[in-house]
Amino acid sequence: MSILGTRVLRTEDPRFLTTGGVYVEDLVDERLDGACHVFFVRSPVAHARISGIDASAALAAPGVVAVFTAADVADLPTIPPSGPMNKHMQQPMLATDKVRYVGEPVAVVVVEQPYQGEDALELVAVDYEPLPAVLGFDPSDDTLLFEDAGTNVAGWWGNPAELKADLFDGCEVVVSQVIINQRVAPAPMESRGAAAVWGADGRLTAWIPNQGAQGTKGGLARMLNLEPSQVRVITPDVGGAFGAKFGADREHVIVAWVARELGRPARWSETRYENLIGMTHGRAQQHTITIGGSRDGDVLAYRLEVVQDAGAYVRAGGFLPMLTRLMTSGPYDIPRAESVAKVVVTSTTPIGAYRGAGRPEASAALERAIDLFAAEAGLDPADVRRKNLLPAFTEPHRTAFGALYDTGDYVTGLERALAAAGYVELRAEQAARRARGDVRQLGIGLASYVEITGMGEGEGSGPNENATVEVRPDGTATILTGTSPHGQGHQTAWAMLASEELGIPVEKITLKWGDTDLIPKGGGTGGSRSLQLGGAAVRQASQELIEEARQRAAAQLEASPADLVYDKTKTSFNVAGDPDAAVPLTQLAEQERLLIRAVFTGPGATFPFGTHVAVVEVDAETGKPTLLRMITVDDAGVVLNPLLAEGQRHGGIGQGAAQAMVEEVVYDTDGNPLTTSFADYPFVSATELPSFELVDSQTPTTYNPLGVKGIGEAGSIGSTPAVQNAIVDAVAHLGVRHIDMPTTSRRIWQAIRAAGQHSESEHA
Amino acid sequence: MIPAKFDYVAAESAGHAIELLAEHGDDAKVLAGGHSLLPMMKLRLATPELLIDIGGLDELAGVSVDGPDLVVGATTRHADLAASELARAEAPLLAYAASQVGDPQIRHRGTIGGSLSHADPAADLPMALVALGGTVVVEGQAGTRTVGADDFFLGYFETVLAPDELVTAVRVPRRPGVPWGYQKFVRRANDWAIVGVAALDGRIALANMGPTPLRAAAAENALAAGASAADAAELAADGTSPGEDLHADREYRRHLARILTRRALEHETA
Repeated sequence: MSILGTRVLRTEDPRFLTTGGVYVEDLVDERLDGACHVFFVRSPVAHARISGIDASAALAAPGVVAVFTAADVADLPTIPPSGPMNKHMQQPMLATDKVRYVGEPVAVVVVEQPYQGEDALELVAVDYEPLPAVLGFDPSDDTLLFEDAGTNVAGWWGNPAELKADLFDGCEVVVSQVIINQRVAPAPMESRGAAAVWGADGRLTAWIPNQGAQGTKGGLARMLNLEPSQVRVITPDVGGAFGAKFGADREHVIVAWVARELGRPARWSETRYENLIGMTHGRAQQHTITIGGSRDGDVLAYRLEVVQDAGAYVRAGGFLPMLTRLMTSGPYDIPRAESVAKVVVTSTTPIGAYRGAGRPEASAALERAIDLFAAEAGLDPADVRRKNLLPAFTEPHRTAFGALYDTGDYVTGLERALAAAGYVELRAEQAARRARGDVRQLGIGLASYVEITGMGEGEGSGPNENATVEVRPDGTATILTGTSPHGQGHQTAWAMLASEELGIPVEKITLKWGDTDLIPKGGGTGGSRSLQLGGAAVRQASQELIEEARQRAAAQLEASPADLVYDKTKTSFNVAGDPDAAVPLTQLAEQERLLIRAVFTGPGATFPFGTHVAVVEVDAETGKPTLLRMITVDDAGVVLNPLLAEGQRHGGIGQGAAQAMVEEVVYDTDGNPLTTSFADYPFVSATELPSFELVDSQTPTTYNPLGVKGIGEAGSIGSTPAVQNAIVDAVAHLGVRHIDMPTTSRRIWQAIRAAGQHSESEHA
Repeated sequence: MIPAKFDYVAAESAGHAIELLAEHGDDAKVLAGGHSLLPMMKLRLATPELLIDIGGLDELAGVSVDGPDLVVGATTRHADLAASELARAEAPLLAYAASQVGDPQIRHRGTIGGSLSHADPAADLPMALVALGGTVVVEGQAGTRTVGADDFFLGYFETVLAPDELVTAVRVPRRPGVPWGYQKFVRRANDWAIVGVAALDGRIALANMGPTPLRAAAAENALAAGASAADAAELAADGTSPGEDLHADREYRRHLARILTRRALEHETA
């Protein structure tokens, strides 16, 4: 029986649950003996000119080794904006003449012991001449973050002049809405950190929690003006990332720089406060949607105008809206659709990738648009989706925005979710509560989505990833992977894939990742790429290893390779029909190293899809929402291990629901962040979430031999708009059309009240 | 996230703690469960020079009955109070309030004396004490005094405690079988109340509707004059002065106070 598709328990967990992981802050390594500790002086103001820095008091404080400012790190380059954005918007390693957000690193204090750092930070006197904060999705150019740029608009994706004036001609129903996809914090359980030491050979070794050591190494080398061969990155256990630990941040570069400057190892570990203002944030888009169609529910035209608040420096904010635009029309067949995106800079923490990175934003806008259209036309939102979803396809489908969907059956996904939810009965229950005027009203929200996974490119053209599989003489096997687990369960999954081919049990297979000397190439883990590329590479390497072994065994048995049978239960080759003429794999490995490196290259990205149904209750008196049920179809092709796939769905659904209901990074009108601890920046916990009802659906892709697509982000893509739609639906009969996220009780109450006043004035 | 430098003494007795308080005055803070104080120290919002730890003093812990009162020792953990059969029988509102504080970890560390001394107007136990009309037993160098719940809290995080005084116990009237209501409006289970209401036998206490836990005096008077719960609740926000924060503005808080008061008077818990 195949091990694939079975619920193999996570082999990672015994260690995590007993001795615990070893995170960068926990590392004990003789190379780090005598390390100094790096602390960052961060700007307390959103936007200001720096007129002076006096470090004398800090330098005299106990344990202070050194204080560095921008002048000291002048040898380091500035970081250009990503994407086709204004090149004058350069990010310095430490703030030079100006600070542009609360939390921007201004100076570095280096101390002997960690406890001395926070005392010393308070002694660095920085003179700030405050400037007006630059905030919002339409910042005026009266105050410029970058004077040389001449504007706070970093750039555009698409040309607003090409939007068609006649796009909605012939539409009987047209609805417009401005929708905020609010700024959120990735807030992984493990915050950022680094440890760095330089060898006598001038080579840097850096331990950094990351999502791909090879990318982090590339970033460090580039920003330290080094050859890649001069850098080794080692990945300790990583406590979550959500997209925000790709590459290298300037703090990582500074820690390495300090270690070189002082000629001793250096370490850094950020506090939660620093993490909430210093790590990139996610989302932060404004969507102006217009949707039009026939009164009986055919969507004929859709326009999406995006504004990306990139924060103070254009990091992923420069290309996230490109992904949003790529998914403008989502799973629907819309005859006329267009989109354009503007990127602006503001005096806030820079935006980075965050679970879904650009695609959840597209889905959130589109799913609200479909519901607004259905409400305006007086139609059931399920019927509007049925009517407009693309029909099932098995040959790739090219959208007007250039995305090439591999396989999909969106209508079936919708119907399965509706059936599992008992949609008809839910609508009846809702109608009964409305008729009775119950305090607790029921809301049902749908979201049908399609998303992109496995875009990441490693070597050469086409999405690809490498794996090395080695069978050892003792009967164990080792896998090296260019992916980079940080919670997903790769050790279990990759071992299953190798075990399937080799017959070696999962518990005798070890996975290694994240050391660039051991694994020089790799695309890491992000964009839901790992299984379809890295997993396919493990399968390929394992199969090639068996073929290599077959050749060797055939030579020994003086038989034709074609006549040999590989018996997985015995991990041994024998001549067909002659079990005694056998050569075990271990014997071959003893004679000569049995190791294969393979690169799997896919033809392109894959497109998982699904439908989420959220059921909520809203207390119409207080506005308080309660999430009662989440029923989801998340079709990511063939499922390798249901336990792991469900884990990804659970996390994604919870995180997406949290964006819909509670999470938001808030700044005041002066650009001061108000959500700088977990008392103010909320998540949902198990207490606020129902048990999820996960519907199985597996439509294979042809893009890899496993038939798998990515599942890491899908949960957060479907659940956010489903929950938001459900909350609006719960109070729609009171006259409410839209409530922005997070749909807090206060916002819901205000929306109910505003709708009531509106209808009163209409009747007056 | 590293506190400023401080010294630490584990008090040997309540008397020892009071002596240390008298000696060090405002420079010292009493440590019991530490679940409010230590986070404030890590954020450097509090920078005491000395922590006097009374958390280990068994003499201050425990639930007992003394005549008409239920007596709860100052270092009684919330979890123990919530689980106390005596408290659940004699003052169920108090036991319930203890069960609503924070999360299980907090309830196993936090103490009733600590919660009252910390005087967060959004907290559960100060509101419960006001609803029950209890008293706080305070010891200092000058001796022991008792302070009524309505007089104990002076403002945001401010009480009548003198620098050398320590809360040693809490007394609430025994009210077995008397119906009560408790409403805690939160975003998430373990948050502080956006607005809270506790009601028992004509007394109504509000959390987070001003700088201290408050009595809803106008609503209480209306009830006393024979008004219905719904009519009295309409007056619940009168005379209050709620603040504004990320979760609610004044108008929303006043609205919640009215709705939640009606529900509390109808003996609902949430």
